[in-house]
Amino acid sequence: MSHRVVITGMGIWSCLGKNKEEVAESLRLGKSGIGIDPARKEIGFHSTLTGIVPRPDLKPYLDRRMRNSMADETEYAYMAAREAFEQAGIDNEYLLANEVGILFGNDSTGKAVVDAYKRMDEMKDSFLLGAGAIFQSMNSTVTMNLSTIFHLRGINFTISAACSSGAHSVGMAYLLIKQGLQDVVLAGGAQEVNPIAFASFDGLNAFSKRMDDPQRASRPFDKTRDGLIPSGGGAALVMEDYDHAVARGATILAEVTGYGFSSNGLAISQPASEGSVKAMMRAMSDANVTADEIDYINAHATSTPLGDKAEAEALTELFAGKKAIVSSTKSMTGHECWMAGASEVVYCILMMKNRFIAPNINLTEVDDAASRLNFAFEPMEKDLNVVLSNSFGFGGTNCALVLRNYK
Amino acid sequence: MERKEIDQKVKDFLVSEFEIEESVVVPEARLREDIGIDSLDFVDIIVIVDRTFGFRIVPEELKDVVTLEDFCNYIDSKVNQ
Repeated sequence: MSHRVVITGMGIWSCLGKNKEEVAESLRLGKSGIGIDPARKEIGFHSTLTGIVPRPDLKPYLDRRMRNSMADETEYAYMAAREAFEQAGIDNEYLLANEVGILFGNDSTGKAVVDAYKRMDEMKDSFLLGAGAIFQSMNSTVTMNLSTIFHLRGINFTISAACSSGAHSVGMAYLLIKQGLQDVVLAGGAQEVNPIAFASFDGLNAFSKRMDDPQRASRPFDKTRDGLIPSGGGAALVMEDYDHAVARGATILAEVTGYGFSSNGLAISQPASEGSVKAMMRAMSDANVTADEIDYINAHATSTPLGDKAEAEALTELFAGKKAIVSSTKSMTGHECWMAGASEVVYCILMMKNRFIAPNINLTEVDDAASRLNFAFEPMEKDLNVVLSNSFGFGGTNCALVLRNYK
Repeated sequence: MERKEIDQKVKDFLVSEFEIEESVVVPEARLREDIGIDSLDFVDIIVIVDRTFGFRIVPEELKDVVTLEDFCNYIDSKVNQ
């Protein structure tokens, strides 16, 4: 028997805001969260542009031991998870009495690893690294910490799939619930924002150099785009079996109806429209919808010359002449990398519930490859029923998700 | 270093860094059972003692340390040896 999969809670900590309300307002206004980190210049970065993500104060919520085991991205994810559980009406009592799983996308914890190694090199004694270092330094830092804090006793692992990590975590949670293996899974994505996390990515010359105008630097699909802007934070979704949600009287926000995936099998950093098309078609087929029914597409487009072009070609193949409106929220957030696929599900649902489409800001001159697509150049008031969200990553890992509004 | 100063520094880091209730931090309190220090906390104590008292704890030397007073005696023996 196939189970319907719904979302009953969401939480977000990003450069657009520290909760759903702040983020919804930023999305609605087309407000950028991009700024400058001057320290990056001093340490050899070619771009100082970054999403500006505040560090949460966890002292009111967690004891020393718990805080001590958390990397930067774990802290962001914790704040998002708190907010998601609260919206879902899932409290400590529920968590102690029921099995809830966790799947998070995360593909690095660079600062924690480097900090530990620097200390080791300085002190020449591993005993002086402290007890938290190991739990901060593993890619599973988010899932191992949050499962402990929230007493989670279901599925528990981290998904590392480059910039599709967050999206695949939603997809995998969807499959587990659909198959009846889990009733509730906390799914999401997290991304550290510190310079160490992004040094090697900067080294690919992949970041925008428009440092004199940070908030206009991320320009997905624009002819003058010159690279992405690294960003991050935490995004969390309470995903739940439909009957289970109804039985406990939860408020259903949206339904996940389709998950599509593919791998390009080409060069390690080469985007490919064929793989993107395959993932989108799989997701729409799974959701039993046609391209005509998609109201909005949250594009992966990160503002890189090659990546946006390949996605534009894929979107044109499937959606040219259709009603779907396209925008890349990365024009405001920058590229939230391991978190992006999950945060963009949050952004899509905020749009659905608040009846608007967030704009693709800074799109003044549409790339020729994207000329047949319908863009949201400005915020649009719009009822959204079915939306598609794309995520693509290094190594050619592609993911597409279809969400349906729940009214 | 005066013994009083050692006692105060240990109390200070237990209260400020380990967030232990001040009323629990008394000489006769057992580190594990009464104060709640576990094996992972001991790893952090090695780091803090190195920073505060300038020597590195050898874990094997703590096998007979049960109470806070035992622990302060141990530190005293290391810093004033």
